[in-house]
Amino acid sequence: MQLPRHWRLNKQRYALEGEICTHCQAKIFPPRDICPECGEEANTPLNLSGRGQVYTFTKVVQPPESHAEQAPYTVALVKLDEGPTVTAQLTDLDEDQQPVEIGMPVEMVTRKLYSDGDRGLLIYGYKFRPLIQQS
Amino acid sequence: MTKSNRHEIIIAGVGLTPVGEHWDKQLRTLAFEAISAARKDAGELVPDAIFVANSLAPVLSSQTQLGALISDFAGLRGVEAYTIQAAEASGGTAVRQAYLALQSGQIDIALIVGVEKISERPTAELEDALVMSGDADYEAIHGITTAAQAALLMQRYIHEHNLPENAFAGFCVNAHVNGANNPQAMFQRAIDEKSYQKAGMICPPVNMFDAAPVADGAAALVLARAEVLPETPSHPQVRIAASSLATSTVALHDRPDILALRAASDSAEKAYKFADIQAKDVQLFELHDRFSIFAALSLEACGFAKRGEGWKLASDGSINKDGSIPICTFGGSKARGDSAGATGVYQIAEVCLQLQGRAGKNQIPDVQTGMAQCLGGTGGTAATHILQRMDGS
Repeated sequence: MQLPRHWRLNKQRYALEGEICTHCQAKIFPPRDICPECGEEANTPLNLSGRGQVYTFTKVVQPPESHAEQAPYTVALVKLDEGPTVTAQLTDLDEDQQPVEIGMPVEMVTRKLYSDGDRGLLIYGYKFRPLIQQS
Repeated sequence: MTKSNRHEIIIAGVGLTPVGEHWDKQLRTLAFEAISAARKDAGELVPDAIFVANSLAPVLSSQTQLGALISDFAGLRGVEAYTIQAAEASGGTAVRQAYLALQSGQIDIALIVGVEKISERPTAELEDALVMSGDADYEAIHGITTAAQAALLMQRYIHEHNLPENAFAGFCVNAHVNGANNPQAMFQRAIDEKSYQKAGMICPPVNMFDAAPVADGAAALVLARAEVLPETPSHPQVRIAASSLATSTVALHDRPDILALRAASDSAEKAYKFADIQAKDVQLFELHDRFSIFAALSLEACGFAKRGEGWKLASDGSINKDGSIPICTFGGSKARGDSAGATGVYQIAEVCLQLQGRAGKNQIPDVQTGMAQCLGGTGGTAATHILQRMDGS
């Protein structure tokens, strides 16, 4: 069980808290202390919108032990509207109605990522579902 | 390092064990097999330092401090020894470290052994261990696997370059044709394109034949400064013409362009410059083929194909034994079998055997210059070595 490891990332996992570089305005996720765009210091928090598009995806049928109970599941790289790309699972899919494809608009939701070990610590965090169109 | 103050580093001996499921062997016994073979090949030279390449022993075998463990078991108790870990790039990284130590002048003879005991755990637990090469907090936490990472790359590659179906089949066919002639390969049966087409998906678009089998193995090399070797060597002498290493992001999603293996291209460029050659001078290339997409991307990164065209070298036969840039000449990870942190040592040993004319049925005639490159994870670390047969030997 790794309590502090997950606790310290709660803001990132629940609210997609990243950073904005005050030097070049690059938006960064996950947070890092040096801006990957301009190399200057970056530590101003910024919550990302959670909207983005599927950049690439696949389906995991042979899961690692840690995620065995969820298989099969779809994982993707999601390119967020603000620029950064994240690795995450896609959820709430209805693949007969709407097959996953590159470019599909998605939005962030908070879901269980997995349960950690025998003591059953539940780890929550971001997944992405197909964007629900607002009428 | 200028040319004038470089030491000449020679591969004095190689030792390979078959890759497979060695249920009866411990990590240390497997490593010792390779070490014995390499030392015998090198005329029983005594190493000044030992570099153990390994990625997974702390997780799969509950063992750290392999440097001391293996040197003791190999009858070399007391010798300076290290464990080098850079996931699947551990092998090349260990050779790089040995090379630097030899160049420093502090040691004359180095022993490198890559060893991995994969078969210690059930498959699902192995997946947990293998994916540690990715970013634990931002990739593995989402249930990604190494096959899934390869699939994300392959899906995007197919999308961007509009590939026909079965575009990657040639990588698998070539590896198995070559593996069939390697008595130590895990799979020694040639397959054809039809078998590739019928293979089940393990992580679409990655099918079973796009993925290399991961299994136990050990490979060893003895490296020495030229001046300490006998004047009449028993094999044609092969020197390390360049040794280089570069890094990129560990997580795929942190790369501005996931289809450009930056660490691979950076380390290849450094190696070409150091050896004073160009990609076209390389006559065989043992590359990272844990999944077929990496073979295509590596060929592009190292200058053998334009962007988006690496796969064509597999479909037009360029990568075959008689092609312009043979790869996986002993079967590669796909057919020889992949031993994670040991793979980079296998690759360098295989290039050496080719240059010495000791490659058996898969011998490529008259080769002078070869290259080996291994990648950690999806390419966070890339170690590249260029080997050359010495003139007149």
